[in-house]
Amino acid sequence: MIRLMTMLLLVAMGFPAAAALPVFATVPEWGALVREIGGDKVSVFVATTALQDPHRIEARPSLLAQARRTQLVVATGADLEAGWLPLVVRDSGNAGIQRGQPGYFEAARYVTLLDVPVALDRTQGDVHAAGNPHIQLDPRNLLKIGDALATRLGELDPPNAAAYRAGYQAFASKWQAAIARWEKDAAPLRGVPVLVHHASFLYLARWLGLKETGTLEPKPGVEPGSGHLSGLLARQQSAPARMVLRTAYQSDGPSMWIAGKAGIPAVMLPFTVGGSPEAGDLYGLFDDTIRRLLKGLN
Amino acid sequence: MLHKPFVVAALLAASCGAQAASDADLAAIRSQIDEMKRSYEQRIAALEQRLAQAEADVKAKPAPQAEARPVVAETSAPAAPATSASAFNTEISLILQGQYAQMKDVPDRTITGFWPGGQGSGVSTRGFSLDHTELVFAAGIDPYWRGQAILAVQDNEVEVEEAWFQSLAIGHGVGLRGGRYRSGIGYLNEQHTHQWDFANAPLMYNALFGQEASFREDGLQFKWLAPTPVFLEFGAEVGRGANFPGTDSNKNGAGAWAAYVHVGDDLGVANSWRTGLSYLKTSSGDREADFVDINGLQAQGLFNGDTATWIADFVWKWAPNGNPKYQNFKFQSEYFVRQDKGDLTCTDNAGVGNACATPVTGDYDTRQSGWYAQGVFQFTPEWRAGLRYDQLDSGRQNLGANAVNLTLEDYRPKRATAMVDYSWSEFSRVRLQYAQDKSMAGITDNQWIVQYIMSLGAHGVHKF
Repeated sequence: MIRLMTMLLLVAMGFPAAAALPVFATVPEWGALVREIGGDKVSVFVATTALQDPHRIEARPSLLAQARRTQLVVATGADLEAGWLPLVVRDSGNAGIQRGQPGYFEAARYVTLLDVPVALDRTQGDVHAAGNPHIQLDPRNLLKIGDALATRLGELDPPNAAAYRAGYQAFASKWQAAIARWEKDAAPLRGVPVLVHHASFLYLARWLGLKETGTLEPKPGVEPGSGHLSGLLARQQSAPARMVLRTAYQSDGPSMWIAGKAGIPAVMLPFTVGGSPEAGDLYGLFDDTIRRLLKGLN
Repeated sequence: MLHKPFVVAALLAASCGAQAASDADLAAIRSQIDEMKRSYEQRIAALEQRLAQAEADVKAKPAPQAEARPVVAETSAPAAPATSASAFNTEISLILQGQYAQMKDVPDRTITGFWPGGQGSGVSTRGFSLDHTELVFAAGIDPYWRGQAILAVQDNEVEVEEAWFQSLAIGHGVGLRGGRYRSGIGYLNEQHTHQWDFANAPLMYNALFGQEASFREDGLQFKWLAPTPVFLEFGAEVGRGANFPGTDSNKNGAGAWAAYVHVGDDLGVANSWRTGLSYLKTSSGDREADFVDINGLQAQGLFNGDTATWIADFVWKWAPNGNPKYQNFKFQSEYFVRQDKGDLTCTDNAGVGNACATPVTGDYDTRQSGWYAQGVFQFTPEWRAGLRYDQLDSGRQNLGANAVNLTLEDYRPKRATAMVDYSWSEFSRVRLQYAQDKSMAGITDNQWIVQYIMSLGAHGVHKF
């Protein structure tokens, strides 16, 4: 009855009763994953781009308008979107996407989070209580999340449940082959020490065996200062890092500075879909990430 | 326990396949089930062993060591617990705010040409002072409602600044809120002092709503967000209307009502905007203020009637690539028109022998307006700078029969403000502000304010 009324309202307001399931993805990687699984059964809105820091987004009017019209919010969770998503969801007037409803999906719930803080203390910076939320750069996580997402899509759109399951299975077999390829290509990266701007690459490092030797931010969410950077530079003598990594949305200044002083390459990694021209989809994201890392090694 | 649904499923499947299962079939099924049981037990044991191994590894060498397994072993991974700011169920935060102010010593600050409610132009305490300390509690109540309370603590006083519940489960774009809340009219009205971009509110907010610079309401708010690709929101409120420009009254029904519409969208990836139009109707019974009579003596005025307020607001934000972290710019401007309609009774409560020794009641009819515009530029993650200009117009002030008893000044209050602030993180900020305040006729007040704002506890929300 409620759905019928909504549909009638939509028609009355001059909008085509969309056949595709509307999905609101907070960050590009989940938008891309939903597209891989749902194909033309879904219409995806992505709230942020690869050039935006997902911690610092505001609850813009356009996001509220999109959340009002969606049937499924796909978020990272683990406090990544704590500054804006709860407000967008609450003020959307959309009962189906509230926390705890089927229309609210948090990817972080389906993977094992790393770096869960022992103590919650802001003197340690903007710590995430649930653990490090940048889970998308371990491709194995995407299999678990994709599996749960296919199930959820099927629950929300039962007539297409089989299509979502099939979409996931096709993705999973292709993805597993790709993982094998990436792991083979990335073998030279095992044990390579790196500096990072923010703890954005923890899961990538765990997967490929990179060794993080320091972060340019003195504390999470606190901008790199000259004192801290000098300290990192001094450590280059005893424990030299081979490159310094940052995401597409982080300022290049600090990593360029330390790269110049230490004579190591500063490597920008796409971090998510759209972060570089080559990272047009999830496959491109990992192809390009590994290509850039290998290039940094030479 | 793990096997039970399995057995049932297997039996079900079997019963579907073969209606009359022979003994041989049953034996085969049993042996299959036993086989599955064994295989699952083995896999669980293997998993437990691997978990123990992993834990030992982590203890042995804390340095992150990559797992060597080539491809994922897909086991149903235990879901991480849902945690967030609500890990403690109730989100609690505390706002610390205080300042040092240097300005002229003016005993009763008012805005010349406007209702002399003693509201003044915001900050009036000189030297070091502590603003009220704000204590915020918020949480989902159940799947249907969310609640929030804000207590403002000051010496010997705890004020319930806000206490409301909000609907979560109505749907269809409807949002319902009840209790004590900041009205959704205008743009700045909903914002708390610690969210302001300057140390004090625009003059028009003081002229409209007094010292507090926000219209708070005990009542009911209804909002509807249209299912359109462009943000389009309608709001309506009814409430007690006890706060200025209304007065408290002992009656059934509502003392104030408000209606507003907001529209907003993005322009490309770097720009976003919101604009709105709001209307507020309040009524007053004996709203009291001190006036000056034609001989310069103090006289009391009591207003009975209705006040209609219109506010138009516009906000525009820009950030390179839509990433506000490093650089962003925010422009905001609001304009109001307010009309008082009713009568004013002039009295001589203090017995100073003014023109109203015998109380005189006459028409009271005003139409006043004002605006402000401000821009704030964040040029590094830590530093921001901003400019603001305020101007009001005392407009029409018709005193009717009291025109011969009371004097009212025609005046255009003005103020120009500049500020620069520094934030160590999202949670701490210190601000330096200079203002040239000409809100009182004949006085040019050069005001300096140094202010700090610190927030503890749950992560605040980034409201547009």
